[in-house]
Formats: sequence, structure tokens, C-alpha cells
Amino acid sequence: MATSYQLKRADFIFKNENDWEEVLSKSFSRTPQELINELISSELKGRGGAGFPTGLKWKLTAEVEADTKYVICNADEGEPGTFKDREILSMVPFKVLTSMAVCGYVIGAKEGYIYLRGEYFFLLPELNKAISEFEYYCKETNIDFTIRIFMGSGAYICGEETALFESMEGKRGEPRNKPPFPSNSGYMGKPTVINNVETLAHTYTIFKYGAKRFYDLGVQYSRGSKLFSVSGDTPKPGIYELELGMSLADFVEEFGDGDTKAVQVGGASGFLVPRKRFSETAIGFQGKLIGISLPTGGSMMLFNSSRSMFNVLDNYLEFFREESCGQCTPCRVGCQQLLKGIKAVKRGEKNARYLDKLLRLTETMKLTAKCGLGQSVANSFSSIVENFREEMIY
Amino acid sequence: MAKTIKISINGIFVEVEPGTTILNAAQQAGILIPTLCYHKDLCIAGNCRVCVVEIAGQKRLAAACATPCEEEMEIFTNSLNVHHSRKQIIELLLSEHNADCTSCYKNGSCELQKLASDYKILKQDFIPLVPFKNYSIDKLSPAIIKDDSKCIRCQRCVRTCEELQGVNALTVAYKGDHMKITTFFEKSINNVVCSTCGQCINHCPTGALVERNYIEKVWDAISDKTKHVIVQTAPAVRVGLGEELGLKPGSHETGKMVAALKRLGFDAVMDTDFTADLTIMEEGTELLMRLKGALVDHDPEVKLPMATSCSPGWIKYIEHMYPDYLGHLSTCKSPQQMFGALAKTYYAKARNLDPETIVSVSIMPCTAKKFEANRPEMSDSGYRDVDYVLTTRELAIMIKQAGLDFMKMEDAHFDRLMGESTGAGVIFGATGGGMEAALRTVYELVTGREVPFKNLDITPVRGMEGVKEATIKIENPLEQWVFLEGVELKCAVAHGLVNAKRVMDSIRSGEVSYHFVEIMACPGGCLGGGGQPIPTSPEIRRKRAEAIYAEDEGMPLRKSHLNPEVIKIYKDFLEHPLGEKSHHLLHTHYTERERF
Repeated sequence: MATSYQLKRADFIFKNENDWEEVLSKSFSRTPQELINELISSELKGRGGAGFPTGLKWKLTAEVEADTKYVICNADEGEPGTFKDREILSMVPFKVLTSMAVCGYVIGAKEGYIYLRGEYFFLLPELNKAISEFEYYCKETNIDFTIRIFMGSGAYICGEETALFESMEGKRGEPRNKPPFPSNSGYMGKPTVINNVETLAHTYTIFKYGAKRFYDLGVQYSRGSKLFSVSGDTPKPGIYELELGMSLADFVEEFGDGDTKAVQVGGASGFLVPRKRFSETAIGFQGKLIGISLPTGGSMMLFNSSRSMFNVLDNYLEFFREESCGQCTPCRVGCQQLLKGIKAVKRGEKNARYLDKLLRLTETMKLTAKCGLGQSVANSFSSIVENFREEMIY
Repeated sequence: MAKTIKISINGIFVEVEPGTTILNAAQQAGILIPTLCYHKDLCIAGNCRVCVVEIAGQKRLAAACATPCEEEMEIFTNSLNVHHSRKQIIELLLSEHNADCTSCYKNGSCELQKLASDYKILKQDFIPLVPFKNYSIDKLSPAIIKDDSKCIRCQRCVRTCEELQGVNALTVAYKGDHMKITTFFEKSINNVVCSTCGQCINHCPTGALVERNYIEKVWDAISDKTKHVIVQTAPAVRVGLGEELGLKPGSHETGKMVAALKRLGFDAVMDTDFTADLTIMEEGTELLMRLKGALVDHDPEVKLPMATSCSPGWIKYIEHMYPDYLGHLSTCKSPQQMFGALAKTYYAKARNLDPETIVSVSIMPCTAKKFEANRPEMSDSGYRDVDYVLTTRELAIMIKQAGLDFMKMEDAHFDRLMGESTGAGVIFGATGGGMEAALRTVYELVTGREVPFKNLDITPVRGMEGVKEATIKIENPLEQWVFLEGVELKCAVAHGLVNAKRVMDSIRSGEVSYHFVEIMACPGGCLGGGGQPIPTSPEIRRKRAEAIYAEDEGMPLRKSHLNPEVIKIYKDFLEHPLGEKSHHLLHTHYTERERF
């Protein structure tokens, strides 16, 4: 195993180069089309977890004719096991602010918002200071762009982009029907680019060094580096910037405690990979690399053999049951049934075959839930139940 | 016109307008997709997920109600994926629902029950969730009963309360498994801003929101030999009742309805249309008095515009929302309450009955009338003026319970004394009808000539536009009314409280100035009332309106002041409009209420 060790560290995001003014004016001296092309050729994909190509997102929004457009930085970092965005905002806020302004320039927006997770209120003083400084510079250099912070109130679902818009509009944070997509109708019904904090930080790297520097990192379909929030049974929890495309075996080699039983990739809404599949699993977006490749918002939770997978699943389902917005049937009722169902099986009130009914239920949830939350409950549920069925029953 | 979009649904090719949803396109192709949270009156929610369909090339199923067709879409509404998913979603809904169907008021007319039956959910092995929730039934309101254990969270009621009524008494609270439909601080619906219009009931697919029914109380009264049970029927009931008894929307079987009421055992069957005509006399006179006060006496105490007061949902709404405008309301009671007060005075005297023995029942298209009849001030006869209010739906239930074959009933006539009406009384049931009836009489009283509209049809105030305006110029008035010479009487009509809000806000801001405003709480007026047959939709309400105007058209008398029984009651009892007796029995006052 050790011979295939391929974990490549990168150091772009947190490198504080203190040159945002230069990157900003350099970017503003180029045409929007050039900037879009730069982003597209970098093959940067959204770092929030869904992996939508960022260049395409900007391009689609730029092409829509509208008097008002918005740039929103999604800092509602709520996925269990993810803690990278708050670090970016406290360490290198200017990279994010710069990218927001460049995005505004590209798509034709004059207003930007940071939707900040309610629990991150402690970031406010420093962030506000950075924004003041940034806006002052914009004014001095005739850049017409303002940035406001909108505080979330603690609902996980508000990280879903359309629920986030609803929340910002003063309504209940419930996902909208799609289409229309944010590029056509987002915040206040206006064309909106909404990017994760980390995505914006990467665009800074791309505008500074050019697309090639970024593209050269990672592997096919999964270009660039990514921040990983490493937690659980590991001797070195923390945030690490790694190139995409690594195998999970290499990752565990580096971060495991020698007794890693499974890794939850992508938080509660991601997949659990058991030990036997470490070497055939790669971390990245679609496209077969080794075996399965798993996208992630960066959460990597390691579990060693002292952990009960039943308890792990129980914990996730408890989370989803509570954090579902409650709007659509498959998610609201489905989460309750899954949670009550595994408990009933564990207690012997339902026989083991009931797990198959629950697996079919997660299929229905994946097919029919209104938003990514309900659709992705199936990920952790099926990957845990299928791989650790006996732990669910006995 | 934009070019059409070609799609295929289950292999059938369909061409649709851009923007058409899959649900509507399927309907064009003759394919029905089941729905629950969808309602033609409301915005698209897409939250029940019952209408999911498969689209070729897409990983996930799409909600047909919320997804617009795109060029060359290949849609499957009954693939195995769809079938299994849909069935499982219905199962999920049932697991969260108190499915004690045989003891549910909506048994037989519940949309979830129908789906469960259509999809043959024979084995329910999900864990029943109802026992884990602390549900309680809110029974405090005299009009509306709310049972959360039957709620499927489709939010139709919430959207109704917001979009149609602008009231927002019902909202969504909490998230996840705790998510529920509730009121401000989870107070009883009786103690919040609710107008009791009942539109939420009309739009609820299950038994979570129903009217408080008084069916058994009325049966008891009918069979009590010591009681004289008198019933009145509102104008809109006759154009709705048939729908509950197997007829198509737009039917009006007034004669059969009267016959059925007589067969049910009511001692006297009379007509709220009579008091609608009476209302016109009182309200029309009140309007003229206010105009005189404003234009001649320049009395600052006189409030214009004067607003109608026939719709108890509207009354409760303005008491909550615009209490500073209560002086603008006509002091006239609603026709129901005028009737009630007269039943135990004028009628009792004429028939030589002890008012104590009279039980006064009304059949209304309305749930707010239940609240209204329970108002403490509504006892000017010395007794409760109206004892029981039944909705159109409750009457239909009684007719079915009595085993009456409605279509075989021989037409019968209302009883005399308070059973005669004119076309003006009938059109009270439609939005703009009260206005039209008032104008027909007021114009003639003032000028001695008929209102200058062909065939007396004041078309500008008819129709389903949310807010309608009309101006009538008064020329050559009779001597007594010369001060009105050249006055342009400015009128506005609104239906649905969301439109009432529009009118009230523009009155408050001063951007409009009217003399007379008719407001009905429900969409379409009473014919779309909260007590009318379910379902309701814009088409159904349009058909009911056509029926109302057809009824008016067919009446020999079409102006309230020509109603012989109205003439008689003034001669024998009330003396003259706004007289002392009228003031005591037919007029009322209003109460400011809290705004939450």
C-alpha cells in the first residue's frame, strides 16, 4: 500500500499574499468574457459539495439580461464535519471579497451578500472590518460593488441555495421548485450567482495565477486542490488542502489511527466507505478513477473499530429528521420513518427484512424529494446499512 | 404568439404553449396525474410529491405540477419507478395521518382517502407516527375545527389564507418532524386574526380543517314537537347545493331545495333573499343619508365611503385589520341576522307564536355566519336571533341522511311573509351583486327612473375581476334629492380579502375616493363561500355566478323596493327604513379586535 502513496498537499487557499488589490485591478482590466474563459478552462467545480462547474454558472448568469443581479457567498457551512469555510473567512477574507467583486463585474452585479451561518457570529467584527476596507478601496478605484452580511439563524436547510434566498427574503427557509435556477431567478427573483466560500477562494487563485496552474493539480474531471475538514478517530484532525483524485486508502494511510473501520466522505449527506473499499475509492467528482469516486464538500470523518455504525446512522438520521424543512413528504416523513425504522429493527420489533423496505424508501426519497437534503439521505443510509447490516440488527 | 413546444407523454405527442406545466400538458393529452398540494386557486407548492413523473434522461423524478415542459421532453406518468414512488409517498402520508376514516367528517370526500383507495394501499407497514405526536383538536371556534392529526402539510390552507385572503392567520411553524400548520403563538384559531371565512376548509384535501357542524342539533330541534323550526336559505345556496347532490356546477334548483327542506321537516321555509331585499332598503337609505350628511350638512362625523356589511368574514377582518375604519361600515346587519331578528318578532307575532319556541336555522354558503350568529350582540329579538347555521354542505348531508332523491323532488315555493324575493336579492350571492341591487334601488329612489343600464344589468360590477369600479352620474333627481344633481356616485367592489386589503389600503392612502364600496370576504362572493361544496375553482365559481344571474333574469321582480313582502313589512311593522324598529332590530355595531 505504502508504495501507491499519492497524497499531494497544496498550499493556495491560506497563503496570505496580501495582493488582493492587485488581483482585483488586474481582473477588472480584463473583459468579462476572458475571465469566464479562464474559469471554464480551469475546470473548477463548486466546492460546496454539488460540484457544478463554476465558470458555466457565471457564464449562464452573465448571459441573462436583467437590470439587477446579485452575487452571494454561501457561508452557511452546516454539513456535519465541515469547518473549512469559517477558517477561510477568518484567515483570508479578502480573497473571498475580491472574487465576489470580480464575479459582480463578470455578470453585471453591483451587490454582493455573504450569507453567514448563525453560529459564526464571532466572525462578524473582523469580517465587517475587512468589508469596510474592501469597499473603501472599491470606492477609491471606482468599482461599484457593495457587500453586506446576512446572518442565518441556524437552519441546516438554509445552505440549500434556494432556501437561502427565501431566508434572505425574510421568508421561511424552504427550498424552491427548480427550474427556474438561480442563474435566471435567484435572490429577489433576480439572476444570482451563489458560490461556496471555498469556491470563491479558488477563483482568486485562478485569476491570480491563471487557469493552468489550477488545472495542473488533481486528475481528470477533478481538477485543482480542495480543503478537507478531517475529524473523527484521527491523530491529526484539522483542515488540509489536498489535490483531488487521491485514493481513500492513501488518505487513511495519512490520517487514520491504524484502526480505521470506515470513512464518512462528504458529511452526513455523503457516503460511508468501509475499509474493504478504501483502495477502490477516489475522492473527486464524476468519472471513474479507481473504482467509485465520491464528491465531497470536504468533510472526512474517520471511524475506528470502537464505533458502532448503528449509532453513527442513528445520529445522522436524528440530524436529518430535525433539519428537514418539513415541506415535502418524502423527506419529512421519510426521515422519521428511517429513524424509527432502524430503532424498531434494533429492538426486534421489526424483522431484518424491514431494512429492505427502508432501503426502498431511500430510493424513493432520492428520486422524489424536492431538494438535495431529502435526496441525499439515501447516501449515508444505504452505504451504512448495506455495508454494516449486521450492526443494524444485532 | 410564441411558438409551441412539442413533447411526448406516455408516447402521446402533445403540443403546448411555452410555460405549460407537465400536469396541464398531460391533462391536454387526456392523462390524469394525481395531485394533493396542487390547487387551481393557488400558487404552485410542489411539496406533496404525489404528482411525480419520469422524464427521459433525468436521474430524478419531477413534480408534474411544478415542472414546465421543455422542447422534446419525453415524459412517463406511469412507469414502474413512478408507480412505486408514488405509492410509497401515499404510504408515507398515511403513516403520518390519523386515518381513522370512519369517524372523520370528511369520510368519503377526502382526497388522501381517494388516493389510498385508487392506489390500493392495503398493507400499511410503515410505523404509525400519530401516536408519537401530541396532537390536539382546536374546537374553540364556533365555525372552524382544526385537527392537526389529519393534516398532511400540503399548505393549501396556508396559501389560501395568504394568497386569496391576505389574512395569514394560518402559517407554517417549526421544521423537520415538528413542522406544522398553526397560528400566531399556536393560539386557538378562535383567538387570532382569522376571519372565519372558511376558505381554508374549502381548500383542505383532508379532514384537518372542517366546519363545526350543527346537523344533530337541527335534527333534534326538528323532531321536538314543542319547537317551531324556521329555516332561511341564502342566495348562493341554491346555486351550490346541486353539486353536493350529483349535479354539475351551474345548476340552480331552488324549487327542489325548498321542497327538500319541507320534507326534512322544517315548519317554515323562508328566504334570506327577502332580507337581502330588506337590506337594500335599509342600506340604500343609509347611503343616501350619509351622502346628504356629507354633501349638504358637511358633517365631519359622516364617514364615506360607506362599506357594505353583509359578509361576516369581511366584518371580522376589518375589525381586526382596519378598526379605525369601523365607522365606514354600514350599520346594517347581514341579511341572515336581519332575518333572525325578524323571525322571533315580526314572524312570531304574525303567526301568533311564542318566540321562545321558535328555533331559527339558516342555510348559508358560509362558515363566518356561524361565528356571526354567535356574536353576543346578535340577540336583539330578546333571544338568540339565529340558533343554528348550517353550510350548504351540511344541508346536503341532511338531505342524504333523510333519503331524499333530490332530482325527483317536485318544485315547491317558499312560505309567505318572509319568503318573497326579487332578482336583486338573488344576486347578493355573487360579487358585485349587493352593489348592483343597491344601485337599482337607490338610483330609482333618487331619480324616479330606472338605472341607466340595459335590462337593469349593471355589468361593470359583475365578473371575477378582483377589484371592480363603477361610476354612475345622477342627473335630474327628484326634488327631495336635488343636492345629488350631477354627483358622480363612485363605487368599488372587491371580493376575496386580499382584494379587500387592496381597496382598504388605497382608501387609507387617499389615492382613491369612493362613495360606496361592496366587499365580500370570499372569492366570487358568497357563491364561492367557505361553506359551499368542495371542490372550488375559478371555473366552478364562474358557473355558479352564471346560475345566479340566470336566476335573477328569470325573476318577475328585479328591484328590491318592489318586493311586496318588503313593502308589507314596512307597512305593518317597521314603518320606514332607518325607523326606530329598524334601528333596534336590523342595525348593529362593531368591535375592535386584536391584530394577530
